[in-house]
Amino acid sequence: MDRANVDTDLIIPKQFLKSIKRTGFGVNLFDELRYLDRGEPGMENRSRPLNPDFALNLPRYQGASILLARKNFGCGSSREHAPWAIEEFGFRAIIAPSFADIFYNNCFKNGLLPIPVPETLVSQLFNEMYAEEGYALQIDLTKQTVTTPGGQIFEFEIDVFRKHCLLEGLDEIALSLRDADAIRAYEAQRKRVCPWLFDALNSELPPA
Amino acid sequence: MARTLYDKLWDEHVVVQRDDGSALLYIDRHIVHEVTSPQAFEGLRLAGLKPWRTDSILATPDHNVPTTLAERTGGVAGISDAVSKIQVQTLDDNCNQLGITEFEINDPRQGIVHVVGPESGACLPGMTIVCGDSHTSTNGALGALAFGIGTSEVEHVLATQCVVSKKMKNMRVSINGKLGKGVTAKDVVLAVIGKIGTAGGTGFAIEFAGEVIRDMSMEGRLTVCNMAIEAGARAGLVAVDDTTIEYVKGKPFAPTEDDWRVAVDYWRSLKSDDQALFDRTIDINGAEIEPQVTWGTSPEMVLPVSACVPDPEGEDDKLKAEGIRRALGYMGLRAGQAISDIAVDRVFIGSCTNSRIEDLRAAAMVVKGKQKASSVKQALVVPGSGRVKAQAEAEGLHQIFTAAGMEWREPGCSMCLAMNADRLEDGEHCASTSNRNFEGRQGFGGRTHLVSPAMAAAAAMAGHFVDVRDFEGDIK
Repeated sequence: MDRANVDTDLIIPKQFLKSIKRTGFGVNLFDELRYLDRGEPGMENRSRPLNPDFALNLPRYQGASILLARKNFGCGSSREHAPWAIEEFGFRAIIAPSFADIFYNNCFKNGLLPIPVPETLVSQLFNEMYAEEGYALQIDLTKQTVTTPGGQIFEFEIDVFRKHCLLEGLDEIALSLRDADAIRAYEAQRKRVCPWLFDALNSELPPA
Repeated sequence: MARTLYDKLWDEHVVVQRDDGSALLYIDRHIVHEVTSPQAFEGLRLAGLKPWRTDSILATPDHNVPTTLAERTGGVAGISDAVSKIQVQTLDDNCNQLGITEFEINDPRQGIVHVVGPESGACLPGMTIVCGDSHTSTNGALGALAFGIGTSEVEHVLATQCVVSKKMKNMRVSINGKLGKGVTAKDVVLAVIGKIGTAGGTGFAIEFAGEVIRDMSMEGRLTVCNMAIEAGARAGLVAVDDTTIEYVKGKPFAPTEDDWRVAVDYWRSLKSDDQALFDRTIDINGAEIEPQVTWGTSPEMVLPVSACVPDPEGEDDKLKAEGIRRALGYMGLRAGQAISDIAVDRVFIGSCTNSRIEDLRAAAMVVKGKQKASSVKQALVVPGSGRVKAQAEAEGLHQIFTAAGMEWREPGCSMCLAMNADRLEDGEHCASTSNRNFEGRQGFGGRTHLVSPAMAAAAAMAGHFVDVRDFEGDIK
């Protein structure tokens, strides 16, 4: 995705957000760029006209599992449908100079690895990718490295906890509930100090 | 040690600090709408879990709800889009099953989540507030820590009453001086985004400060914090002052009597200490801000109404030039074209940014006694909530709008993101008081120009963008 500020509306347009499921978004990833017609939920996507100029439709990028992108990728809406669509399409990692905060966070909840690297390096990767069909990067999450076909290795940053969750596939809710006693203790104390924060929503009678 | 407002709110809510720098942060208020919650409720059910604290949750449908009275009258069953209907029905079902307070589709308190929260007193100073919606930042105007979360986090909050979060950095944006006539909170925040860019606040919580913010009404502050996310910041904040306290006082869910007194004492402490350190500070002269209009496909592509659309040839940065070229192509604009030459096909006054009573009053003042330009196909006025609608009707604003040829609708998100039937057609230009001018946001091929309510109203009357300061009318 060789453009800056790719927003989550572009990644997955709003009409597909009406689904109450967590799956089925991959076919509509980048819908407005990928297809020539106007996409609606429930369409038979296989028979829709493809935009032949869009990267995901080019034969050379079929089966790609790393999405190379420009700065501020995933800005805008908090819709987790965006990483759901990217992951379901087949991407495992996204390399970009920067990511929007909520999108970045959402990626880790879905086994998708966002890798922020310096802008000059991203430009280099784009140039090399355009120059060489079949260009493939190797990502090693354990070592936190990306290796180019030319053998160049660069490191990337990732939080210890997030890395751990990605590698082990840990259930974050179960992990947090290990601290259930601490949450209850905090809550009891908060109720003493700020009682107005509790049970207030039940206080207003519904209008007749 | 001196602390910022954000530091104080953060510290107050840490349940467990982990070694890796992340923390379990306690959530006081969880607002829920129909689009980002169904998968979270489903996940909770599959895990055999129940919500940790149902009394912390307030739900209302807003994104999918129709805004015409005819379609609205039938309630959920009357929603003609079958997929939207299922989503709204699913919210009702989840709330009913779990005992969650919900303002249903035709409850007079229903509305856009970020309008309903503050006006009902469900969102209060000092709270942590989350919602599966990026514009949750709106509530930070109350002196609360409010930010948008994804659906997995919605599920996490339902299950644990906490989010796992790392502390953000502190940014202060100070806007000093006095705003000129016809310049509003919307113009202020658009000018801020124009200055720092849509990624300028990434990784930060932004505290808005300075004379302009201190002088601003609560509703104006809500507008400013609403678009903190368009500057890249998950959270926007404003310190508590008399304006905050006066706003909250008497709200339906606000504390009363002894609780009120204790709460106010605490809320008064919710401001940055004089010596507090910010990682980044920005200073803007409010007197220099003009009414703003976005010309491109990102909120940072914004200019004063008196300016001309940029020329990519004049941009040295190759990527930026390409961005301008692409935006001009999508928007159907010529490089160098005057903003005031852009004709408007539709006008949308509404959204969580600008659908509160002061917004509607500002728009009504501009249109009073005038007629919508015949070239404008449609001008929608969509109040942010049932309460806003009732107030506007009590003031007769709806009659001013309809007399001017505009449509007065039922509350909801409407054409801000066009999940319901309110949308742009391919190629149409819209003067919109919403928050995002992304490609396709208001409808496939739609061309959005973000403006203030007064500017949108003036464009509806003129048929193209005009400087509201020169526009004949009774403008404050």
